[in-house]
Amino acid sequence: MALLTALPILAVFGYVFVPAPEVWQHLRETVLTDYLLNTLWLVLGVGFGVLLLGLPAAWLNSMCEFPGRRLFEWALLLPMAMPAYIIAYTYTGMLDFSGPVQTLLRELTGWGYGDYYFPNVRSLGGAITMLSLVLFPYVYLLARAAFLEQSICVLEVSRTLGSNQWQSFFRVALPLARPAIITGLSLALMETLADFGTVQYFGVSTFTTGIFRTWFGLGDHAAASQLAALLMGFVFVLILLERWSRSRARYHHTSNKYSRIPKFRLRGWTAVAAVLVCALPLLLGFVIPVGQLLHWSIKVASKGLDSDFINLVWHSLMLASLAAVFALLLALILGYGKRLNNDPLVNIASRIAAMGYAIPGTVIAIGVLIPFAWADTQLNHLSKQFFDSNVGLLLSGTLFTLLFAYNVRFLAVSLQTVEAGLGKIKPTLDNAGRSLGLSPLGVLQRLHLPLMKGSLLTAILLVFVDVLKELPATLILRPFNFNTLAVRAYELASDERLADAGLPSLMIVAAGIIPVILLSRSISKSRAGEH
Amino acid sequence: MFKQIALSLLVASIATPVLADGEVNVYSARKEQLIKPLFDKFTEQTGIKVNLVTGKDDALLERLKLEGENTPADLLMTADAGRLYRAVEMELTQPVESATLKKDIPENLRDPANQWFGLTSRARPIFYVKDKVKPEELSTYEDLADPKWKGRICVRSSDNIYNQSMLGSMIAVNGAEKAQAWADGLVKNFARPPEGGDRDQIKAAAAGQCDIAISNTYYYGQMLTGEEAEDKAAAEKVAIFWPNQSDRGTHINISGAAVTKTAKNKDNAVKLMEFLVNDESQKWYAEANQEYPVKTGIAPSDMLKGWGEFKADSLNLSELGKHNAEAVKIMDKAGWK
Repeated sequence: MALLTALPILAVFGYVFVPAPEVWQHLRETVLTDYLLNTLWLVLGVGFGVLLLGLPAAWLNSMCEFPGRRLFEWALLLPMAMPAYIIAYTYTGMLDFSGPVQTLLRELTGWGYGDYYFPNVRSLGGAITMLSLVLFPYVYLLARAAFLEQSICVLEVSRTLGSNQWQSFFRVALPLARPAIITGLSLALMETLADFGTVQYFGVSTFTTGIFRTWFGLGDHAAASQLAALLMGFVFVLILLERWSRSRARYHHTSNKYSRIPKFRLRGWTAVAAVLVCALPLLLGFVIPVGQLLHWSIKVASKGLDSDFINLVWHSLMLASLAAVFALLLALILGYGKRLNNDPLVNIASRIAAMGYAIPGTVIAIGVLIPFAWADTQLNHLSKQFFDSNVGLLLSGTLFTLLFAYNVRFLAVSLQTVEAGLGKIKPTLDNAGRSLGLSPLGVLQRLHLPLMKGSLLTAILLVFVDVLKELPATLILRPFNFNTLAVRAYELASDERLADAGLPSLMIVAAGIIPVILLSRSISKSRAGEH
Repeated sequence: MFKQIALSLLVASIATPVLADGEVNVYSARKEQLIKPLFDKFTEQTGIKVNLVTGKDDALLERLKLEGENTPADLLMTADAGRLYRAVEMELTQPVESATLKKDIPENLRDPANQWFGLTSRARPIFYVKDKVKPEELSTYEDLADPKWKGRICVRSSDNIYNQSMLGSMIAVNGAEKAQAWADGLVKNFARPPEGGDRDQIKAAAAGQCDIAISNTYYYGQMLTGEEAEDKAAAEKVAIFWPNQSDRGTHINISGAAVTKTAKNKDNAVKLMEFLVNDESQKWYAEANQEYPVKTGIAPSDMLKGWGEFKADSLNLSELGKHNAEAVKIMDKAGWK
């Protein structure tokens, strides 16, 4: 199963050993340094950004009480519903040299071009900011879940041993939550590495745009897949980091006793600071861009809303729900395969499969097409031989391909979440269950599923939102007469009709909000002591 | 709910590949909103159903190639001649003998071996800010590499196929070495690192960031006719200059189509192409998207007429595709981001 999911990735790498010295020399002499440095800065910048925005907010929301906390608690997840390329469109529309903000500035001051400094949105810094603003919820989400799930006793013990609030945070809570934080961070960074829309729109050349350009512009598949292999190098380092952070210790619950978290009430300036820490990312990552989308949508609402549009919404929701369910099932099978028998082959295959998250959708789409189209050709040969008729593209011409591609792309999300959930269940519990006569499936049904309810829901909802936003694979693999909101938004935006793209973009965000709220509720309730 | 979804998926996956007669399946790199209205009209008139997938041109080519002889696609449409050339190179297309297409489409806008046909055309001229540049100062594309334009030119990224094709045409005419020298000079004259799309170049020029922008005509046309007041104001600050009028003419490109090698509905595909170059369709394109008709004798929209007549480059557009990879390399070397 894991091998099957790894297949598309391996298919693209079929080209890795084809030598392409000329193109490589050209790349080395011209653009490779740019690709390397930009990608490196992007990863470092976004890594720093998501921690900066996500961690303090997560801690404040789980441990403290301050005005507006009940709202922030779930609202901080909202930026997750905003695709990175769409937030990039909105900020460019607002802050560009010819946009309303700078134009107003010039009108007020009489300055012209070059008379003043204004940060350029379309830059590496801009890309880091955009990606951080929509990806920090991964860290926030997982860190908060971890903080909430920590037994408060541990924290109380640390306090009785003389630590103050800050010390117990840095010495106890943070290390205990580390695996969750790093999972969140690695999800955000993988998403960063795979991003195509934002960096391309901003003209920042990274590995992702480089792969695309080499594959298509230079027409060299070998060099392109070798670039992709280099990108995988980055991913591999990320995954190793994550493994390494877990390897030295196991993080099972140390105690099953829970009590309500006594929320620390903030007053005065600390409360103001807390509100600011939470409000800023929410404003910048959600409220302002949605405002811009609304503004655009209202302008064009009369011609954009029709039965065609309802069809788009339906297609998008259907695809996202199906993909989410499939991804969860697959993650459960793989997660359990690993827990039950720690076969190195299964381990490696599921690692490779999980790399899909960091691979640009374009590469995945082609990787999926290669084996599927081959299988279809074989099927048609067979059917021709036996029934003297062609069955057509049973696999590669249908929604099945698309769902498969989503699974390759997003398996990491469901797998990591399921594994994190499983990891917290002590193996002794399984043994106890088995010794009481439960089959392995029984252990799953009676013990694990109830314990992991939160993690499973998280896995489903994360994939749902991700598929809703996904663009390149959908664009390449969808069957005839089948469009989604993301495709429509992209087509209009790439035709430079930003205002027209507002309505479908807004709908993607709106459809993503409901699962995001559900997600937040489920986490608040996930703490064993708080039913 | 889940059952319903599963059922609809099942139906969709079974129903999709089995396509009845009286249809034509199109892979299109042209955006849905630019062709769907014409397809609907075609279906209305002929009863032939048009099934459509849109996508990026290169990705569609890759899909066609991988699907091989089983591909359901009958017709490939792209927004650029270079990609059609690439499709021919990849042996994904077949020649079409149609007296109508031959008669209606000028020779340089279709493949010499009838593998592909241009359906609409647009020019890529120079736009200048009216109160900063006098048209007399402008002459050719080649002249834009002159140091007098230092820090005054806006153009989009070299990732963009329109720029690759423009450079491809210069390689065809002037040779790779001169094209390299030109690209080097042009990059030195950039007012800012390339960013944004064609409209953004015009907007940047209007806002004072540069004096000259290179852009396709239909973006300019859309800015003038669109609903965005700011776009319109920006477009009104610039004017068109048609370069190279005393030699080869202004660079043009096409949107076009080719019948796939294994088309199962070839007749319908040809019918659709013929429909797209009939008078009515050509007029629709010109009015709705501000593109130039390929068919001679069809008047462009009033707006296009207002931009004046110009001499278009008569280079056969296959040349753009032939020099595409070379163009990308030259741009890389010049540091054209």
